[in-house]
Amino acid sequence: MEGRKDTNATILLMGLRRGGKSSICKVVFHNMQPLDTLYLESTSKPTTEQFSSLIDLSVMELPGQLNYFEPNYDSERLFSSIGALVYVIDSQDEYLNALTNLSMIIEFAYKVNPKINIEVLIHKIDGLSEDYRIDAQRDIMQRTGDELLDLGLEGVQVSFYLTSIFDHSIYEAFSRIVQKLIPELSSLENMLDNLVQHSSIDKVFLFDVNSKIYVATDSSPVDIQTYEVCAEFIDITIDLDDLYLENDRNRNARMNKNNTDEQPHQGKELKSISHLSNGYILYLKQMIRGLALVALIRNDDTTRTMNRTIDINSAGGTDVSNLDDNQDKSLAIIDYNVNLFKESLMKIWESSRLNAEQHGNNINHTTSNGNGTDHSSLPI
Amino acid sequence: MSHSSRKKLLLMGRSGSGKSSMRSIIFSNYSAFDTRRLGATIDVELSHLRFLGNMTLNLWDCGGQDVFMDNYFTNQKDHIFKMVQVLIHVFDVESKSINKDIEIFIKSLTNLQKYSPGAKIFVLLHKMDLVQIDKREELFNIMMDKLQKISNPYQFKLIGFPTSIWDESLYKAWSQIVCSLIPNINLFNSNLIKFNSILDAEEIILFEKTTFLVISSTASIQQQQQLQDSNGGLMNNNNSTSTSVEELDPKRFEKISNIIKTYKQSISKLRTNFRNLIIRGSNGNNFYIDILTENMFIMIVLKDKPQLENNYIQQHEELLILDNIRAARKWFEKIENSGSS
Repeated sequence: MEGRKDTNATILLMGLRRGGKSSICKVVFHNMQPLDTLYLESTSKPTTEQFSSLIDLSVMELPGQLNYFEPNYDSERLFSSIGALVYVIDSQDEYLNALTNLSMIIEFAYKVNPKINIEVLIHKIDGLSEDYRIDAQRDIMQRTGDELLDLGLEGVQVSFYLTSIFDHSIYEAFSRIVQKLIPELSSLENMLDNLVQHSSIDKVFLFDVNSKIYVATDSSPVDIQTYEVCAEFIDITIDLDDLYLENDRNRNARMNKNNTDEQPHQGKELKSISHLSNGYILYLKQMIRGLALVALIRNDDTTRTMNRTIDINSAGGTDVSNLDDNQDKSLAIIDYNVNLFKESLMKIWESSRLNAEQHGNNINHTTSNGNGTDHSSLPI
Repeated sequence: MSHSSRKKLLLMGRSGSGKSSMRSIIFSNYSAFDTRRLGATIDVELSHLRFLGNMTLNLWDCGGQDVFMDNYFTNQKDHIFKMVQVLIHVFDVESKSINKDIEIFIKSLTNLQKYSPGAKIFVLLHKMDLVQIDKREELFNIMMDKLQKISNPYQFKLIGFPTSIWDESLYKAWSQIVCSLIPNINLFNSNLIKFNSILDAEEIILFEKTTFLVISSTASIQQQQQLQDSNGGLMNNNNSTSTSVEELDPKRFEKISNIIKTYKQSISKLRTNFRNLIIRGSNGNNFYIDILTENMFIMIVLKDKPQLENNYIQQHEELLILDNIRAARKWFEKIENSGSS
């Protein structure tokens, strides 16, 4: 019992045969590794997150028909210990079977564990045309609703996602699912909101660098294209950095063999800025523990109009320096604010670690201290 | 504006060897995956590509089916093989009928010798990704030896590349092909060295804007100089930076081309292009990629100096370098324009 209890961030991936569960596992699991390590030690404020891994995806293969599906004691314990149930529906296949299967699983799981998050992935939508996707989603939502009504389970919250592993939708869906499991991260969202307000940022993500799953974002709606660009910006920055990193590591290894192993990666924080020709700026800064903050910064209207005139005669004299001055100023403010954000992130992490050591398992009440410091220290 | 700025490139090889795929990736921003959609090329597909502003590349993508091929060597031969600057011959490494491939290669060499004896010949052994990694080099050497032997009677010197559309080898090959056509490459090189003497950078690389092919870099210039030095018997190794350059990834230019092109494609989703990219690396390397002229991007890699720990000084240095780049613009624009007159 004790061992089971501390895995409340387990995701159980279920679905009919050939629904795409294992592929999702590969895609997400492969990427999830660094995120796991992140939550082991960094901002895991609630001690309930102290496991060997944040998210255990265990694939439970179900037979095509549910008639003989009689969950035994084991699966009962399993359901009671998980935080989210992800059900995968193959949207390219006949899904009526899957829906009856789903409602039976929900009925059972809800009885065992009413706090469970139920997520439905309408999967493999890459093969459907744009119109048909919405039709399929509406149909599936309606039918599940009806089934649950028949079973007398109106109160159950079920979330639906359209996913495909061939684009970023699966990351988007999993980002949402992961975020739901860690409600303590809402303080992070508050901090990001603050950052956005004071820095003329369009959109900001807190990414896990290796998985491209975003741990938090500000409260403005997520535009999938912005997400993609930001995720790819991480790749590009790291790829370029790596090209010249490797040789340095070799050189260090030759010159002084003793001191190298601790240094190379934590030497300096990675940071990259790219000006786009429509006046936007992509901004990346490394945070703690494999996290990176990526922001899309818009310029003020004045700068943007200036921009346009300058693009025409790009080598012009005074205008250019004027524009750059303006941009440099706004960047300096953003730099400052991001540094504050980073500091408070570290504070959250440290305090959570301290609390974890002191109180062991029973704390849930330290949520707001990191938040408060951030509020007051942002320049307006 | 002069006639010499128009370059005729023949892209030949048997059908299915990947000629059009190459062209689409390098010059039309296709991804390697997209090239599946390409159908067979009918006859000759002409494309006029502007490169570095004043240079026009007339790329003759010659469809490789036997019907067309026979036609090239009989009826159209003076049309096709006249005034050729460069022949790029593509061999499919998986081809079943190598003899037929070589036969066609010989035919085009014969015609070239007759109509444009000054042409440069490049041989690309394509689809190398289909060969096991440990066998690639051996296969390439065998093939090149054979082809060089064949072309000896025609007095052409072959330059060969193993290529694949799935990695950066394609960029390497094309970058060298195109660079061989730039007339004032020496001016670019000397100015780049001069610029480096001001910046004291780890490395400076010049890229063409639309294709992101490497035009010139400090490392390659140093390499050339070293070659010349060692050929002249001077052998003075006083150049300390050259030793460090050798430790860098030898494929980095192509990788950078590849990365930046991906980046350009990525931000095209926001319907925009990028003006510059500054990375403060995790190991003290600073990267600056910026527009240099209308047709060129520059990339500067700087080593961090230990005394610049202070954030504000660092920020000033960043501005200083951007200013330097801006100042260098005038030089390079002048060189570019001088090439056209």
